[in-house]
Amino acid sequence: MTNHWVDIKNADLIIIMGGNAAEAHPCGFKWVTEAKAHRGARLIVVDPRFNRSAAVADVYAPIRSGSDIAFLGGVIHYLLSNDKIHHEYVRNFTNAAYLVREDFDFNDGIFSGYDADKRQYDRETWDYQLGDDGYVQIDDTMTHPRCVHQLMKQHYSRYTPEVVSNVCGTPKEDFLKIAEMIAETSATDKVMTILYALGWTQHTTGSQNIRSMAMIQLLLGNIGRVGGGVNALRGHSNVQGITDMNLVTNVLPGYLRLASDKEQDFQGYLDARSPKPLRPNQISYWQNFPNFWVSLAKAFYGDAATPENNFCYDWFPKLDQPYDVLHMFERMHQGQMNGFISQGFNPLASVPCVRKVHEGLSKLKYLVVIDPLVTETSEFWRDMGDYNEATPADIQTEVFRLPSTCFAEEAGSYSNSSRTLQWHWKAADPPGDAKTDTGIIAGIFYGLRRLYEQEGGAFPDPIVNLSWDYDHPLEPSAEDLAREFSGSALVDVADPKDPTQTLAKAGEQLSGFGQLRNDGSTACGNWLYCGSWSEAGNLMAKRGTNDPSGLGFYPDWGYTWPANRRVLYNRANCDMQGQPWDPTRATIHWNGQQWVGNDVPDMRLTAAPEEDVGPFIMHPDGVGHLFALKSMAEGPLPEHYEPFETPLGVNPMHPDNPLALNNPATRIFPNDREQLGGPDEYPYVATTYRLTEHFHYWTKNVLLNSILQPSQFIEMGEELAAEKGIKNGDQVKVFSKRGYIRAVAVVTKRLRGLAVNGRTVHTIGIPIHWGFIGVAQKGYLANRLTPFVGDANAQTPEFKAFLVNIEKIPTTTAV
Amino acid sequence: MATLDIQARSATTTPSPGVRQQLDVAKLIDISKCIGCKACQVACMEWNDLRDEVGHNTGSYQYPPDLNSKSWTLMRFYEVEPEPNRLEWLIRKDGCMHCVDPGCLAACPAPGAIVQYSNGIVDFNQDHCIGCGYCIAGCPFDIPRLAEIDQKAYKCTLCSDRISVGREPACVKTCPTGAITFGSKSDMLTHASTRVADLNSRGFQNAALYDPPGVGGTHVMYVLQHADRPELYGLPKDPTISPMVELWTGLAKPLAIATMAFVGFASLFHYVTKGPNSVSKEIEKEEEEKA
Repeated sequence: MTNHWVDIKNADLIIIMGGNAAEAHPCGFKWVTEAKAHRGARLIVVDPRFNRSAAVADVYAPIRSGSDIAFLGGVIHYLLSNDKIHHEYVRNFTNAAYLVREDFDFNDGIFSGYDADKRQYDRETWDYQLGDDGYVQIDDTMTHPRCVHQLMKQHYSRYTPEVVSNVCGTPKEDFLKIAEMIAETSATDKVMTILYALGWTQHTTGSQNIRSMAMIQLLLGNIGRVGGGVNALRGHSNVQGITDMNLVTNVLPGYLRLASDKEQDFQGYLDARSPKPLRPNQISYWQNFPNFWVSLAKAFYGDAATPENNFCYDWFPKLDQPYDVLHMFERMHQGQMNGFISQGFNPLASVPCVRKVHEGLSKLKYLVVIDPLVTETSEFWRDMGDYNEATPADIQTEVFRLPSTCFAEEAGSYSNSSRTLQWHWKAADPPGDAKTDTGIIAGIFYGLRRLYEQEGGAFPDPIVNLSWDYDHPLEPSAEDLAREFSGSALVDVADPKDPTQTLAKAGEQLSGFGQLRNDGSTACGNWLYCGSWSEAGNLMAKRGTNDPSGLGFYPDWGYTWPANRRVLYNRANCDMQGQPWDPTRATIHWNGQQWVGNDVPDMRLTAAPEEDVGPFIMHPDGVGHLFALKSMAEGPLPEHYEPFETPLGVNPMHPDNPLALNNPATRIFPNDREQLGGPDEYPYVATTYRLTEHFHYWTKNVLLNSILQPSQFIEMGEELAAEKGIKNGDQVKVFSKRGYIRAVAVVTKRLRGLAVNGRTVHTIGIPIHWGFIGVAQKGYLANRLTPFVGDANAQTPEFKAFLVNIEKIPTTTAV
Repeated sequence: MATLDIQARSATTTPSPGVRQQLDVAKLIDISKCIGCKACQVACMEWNDLRDEVGHNTGSYQYPPDLNSKSWTLMRFYEVEPEPNRLEWLIRKDGCMHCVDPGCLAACPAPGAIVQYSNGIVDFNQDHCIGCGYCIAGCPFDIPRLAEIDQKAYKCTLCSDRISVGREPACVKTCPTGAITFGSKSDMLTHASTRVADLNSRGFQNAALYDPPGVGGTHVMYVLQHADRPELYGLPKDPTISPMVELWTGLAKPLAIATMAFVGFASLFHYVTKGPNSVSKEIEKEEEEKA
C-alpha cells in the first residue's frame, strides 16, 4: 500500500476492483465501513461477480474478467476528454508535460521496437527528449504534440464508453456513472482510494492493470494524499515481508536489482542503478544504491567483503536467464532440475497446471518440504484416486518432510500491507520434532559449508565465507536476525555535514538508512528496514496508540518502512506552496524553514517549495510516471490485450492485428501454448478466487473453517445453468484443455452473461480452497484447470481469466 | 447469571425475585455493514465449545444449511431484486431474538427450563428441559432446535455467561466490520437511528429498525435497508406469539399445571394417609423362589 489500512477511513470514495476486500480482507475492511459510516464515503465495486464486497457497495458494475485495462483506459479517456484532472498536481507532480522521443510510436496495438520472434521489445525509443543540459525537455502548457499529456489523450481517445462496454460487457450507463463518481475526486477536497489484490495481478496484463489505476490516481491528484493512494491488499500475513526481503530470484533484499551476467563490472553495476537527476534539483534517491548494496554485502560476508574485492561482488549470482516460478517448473518438467526445496510453499496446489507440476515433481531426485502442515506437495506421490492419480512405485523422487513451526510457535516480525513491521512473540512450543525455519536452514547451511570446506567443490567461496555471526548459530534467534536486517555501524560513522560528529559508534545499531555507507563501514540486511531495531530498541514491538493527527496514523505502533513513514509521497499532499490541499487532512507542511507535521516527510527536510523538488523522490525526474518510460515489458502506456485464452478469439481493439491479440511481451513456453484451449471447445470464462471462510490451502486442515465451508463448489449464473440443464446443488464437471474438477454447482444471480463484442460471455467462478489433504471434504485442486502463462513483467500466473467447459454429472441410480 | 436476576420462569407460578433490576441490554445487527464472513459463527462455536459437522455444500454460501443444536447462529444469504435490475445480496445473521414477550417461555411446560433475566436475555436451562419441543412451536422466529443426542432444545444464550461478567457477546467481539454492536437497549436505539439516517442518504428510503412490537420488542434488533419488506431477509413481517400458544398459556397451561400439581398433591396425600408402598411378604417370597 502507498497508504495504510487505517487511512482507508479518510477516503471520500473507495473503489474495489481487481480484488474483493470484504471477502479476502474482512478485518481490514472495517476501515471501509468506518469511511462509509463516519465520512459518508461511497463504495464502488467492479468485478465479474457480485461478491461479498458488492453486497455492501453503493454501486456495483460487472466486468468481463481480463478486460480491466479497457475499463480503466475508458476512465482515463473520460477524465481527459471532460477535463476532470487535478491540473496543478498533474502539471507539477507528474510527467504529463514531459516530451517523449519523436521515434516513439504506437501502431495498431504494438509499440515501437517490437521483435515478434522473440516476443520482446527493444525499449530504446520509450524515452524522453533530453536537452543539451542533460535534462528532460518540458512543455508547461502541455500542448506540445510529443508531451505525455497529448500522447495519452491520443492513445486513450479510442477508449470511448461504447468501446469500454463492448470489450468489458459493462453496461454503458454503469460505466459512465462510475467514471463520473471517480472524476469528482479530481477536486482538491475529494480523495479516492483504490483497493486491489490478486484480481489485478493474476493476469498476463497484471502489472499494467495496476499501472492503469496508478495513472488515474495521478491524474486525479490522489497519490500521496491522505485517504488516497494505490493500495495493494496483500494475501498472506507476511507476504509484504517476503516481497521486501525479495525472496525471488532476480532481486536482493530491499528491491536491489540483481546483476545480469553481462554486468561483470562492479562499478558499472552500481552506476546503472544510481541514476543522475533528469531535472534540476531532483533528489533521485536511488543514487544511494551503492550505500544500500555495499551494506547488504557487508551483512552477507562481514570481514570477507572489502573494498579491494568489490565487497564480494563476484560472489553474487548474475542472472543468465529468468528463474521465476514458472520458469523453474518448466525446467523441472524438462528434467533439468534434480532437487527442490519447498519451504512454506505448496506448489502442487499453487502453481498453474497441476498435471505439469506433478510430472515435474516426479522427475526430481529429491524434494524437501519444510512446512508446519502436511501439504499436497509433500504427498504428491500418493495415490488419492481421482483427486491425485499417482503410482508411487513409478515415482523415484525421494521426499524429505521437515516439520517447521507455525507462527504462534516462534517470535519474529510481520510486515503487513501497510508496510508496518509488527513484532510477535512466541506463544507455544511446537509439537513433536518441529523446528523453526531458521533452525532448519541453519542446519542445511552447516552441512553444506562442511562439505564445501572438506571437498572444495566448483565454487565454495560464497558458502564458506558467509557471515554467520549469531548467538545461537544452529538456530539464529529472531532478535539476532532482526538486528542484522536493521543494520549496525562496523566502525564509527561520521556526520558528513560535520565530520567531527559521530552519527553512530562502532557496534551500535543504526537509526535509519541515511546512515548507510558505501565504504564498508555499515552492515544492513535490508536498507528499507534500517532503523526498525535502533539503539532505542526493537521499534517493531512498539504498541503505542497515540494518534496526534486524529487521522489514524498511530506513529508509535510498530515500525513502517521507509523511515516509519505512514503515507508514501506525502509531499504530494501539499500544494506548490507546501500547504495541504485539504487542511482537514493534513500530514506534513512547509513551515517556512522545513517540512514538519504528523508524518515523516517524504522529502528532504530543508527542500523549500520554490526549489521544485518533486515528491516522487525515487524517480530521477522526481515526478509520477504517467508515461512509464522503459520500466514495463509491454509498453509505456497500458493497452488492452485479451487473456491468453480469450472467449472472443480476437482483440476487439485490434481485430486485424494478430500480434496484438494477447500481451505481445508475455513469455509462453511452446508446450504450454499447445495446452491452450479455444472458445469453440471451451466457451466459458473461468476465474479462480478465495472465500472468506478459508485461507488458501491451509485452513482445510482446520475444523472450524472446514465446518463453515465444507466442500468444493463452483458458481455459475442462472442463464447458463438453464442452458446446460444444471440445477442448484447439482454435481458438475468443469474442464479445460489441461484438466477437470468435479464440484457442486451454486447457481446464482450474482454471475450473469455479459454482452461482449456481439456475443454473450458467461463466467464460471471457481473457489480454490480444496485439495486431497485436510479435514474438509476432499476436492480437486483448482489449478488442474489453469494455464501455465504469466504476467509479462512479474510472471504472476493468469489464474483469473481462462477458458473452460462445464457439464452436469448424471446422478447414478442405486442398484 | 444469578437466580436473583430471573424475571420470568417457564411453567412457574411463584413470583420472580424483584429487588434487583438490571439494565436492558440489546444486540444490534446492522445488515448494511455485514459482509457475511461468518466470524460470528466461529466465535459462537468457540465460546460455547461446540463443533458442528463438516458436511456438504447444498448450493449456497450458507453453511450449515439451517440452525441446529450445535450452530446457534447462522449467516443466511438472500439474493433478491427489490426493484427490477437491482440485485442485492442480503446477508442476515440469524439467531435468537430474545423477545420481550418470549413465545418459547410462554409455551414451555417444564418448570424453569426457560428463564428470562431482568436484562432481557431469554435463556434455556437444558437440565430442566423435557424435550417436548413446545418452545419451537412457540417461537415466531423458528429458532430453537432439538438435539438428536439428548432431545433437548438449544439456542443462542446471548452469551449470558459473558454478559454476567461484563463482557459483550462473543459474536459482537469478533465482528470485524462492527456490523454487530451491543449495549443498553436505549443506546442501541440511538445508534440505530444514525445508521438509518446514513442508509436514507444512500437512497434506502425504507431503511429502519426491526424491533417488532408483536413480541413486545426484542433484545436482538436489526437495521434493515428495506424494513418495509422484512420477508426479503427471511424475517416475519409482524411476528406474534401463535394463538395456540396464547391459548396454551392462557387456559390450557394453567390447567395442565394444576392437573400436574393435583397429581403431586394427591400422591403426597396418599403417602401421608397410606404410608409408603410396600411389597407383601408373599410376593417377596415368590420372587426369591424364582431366583
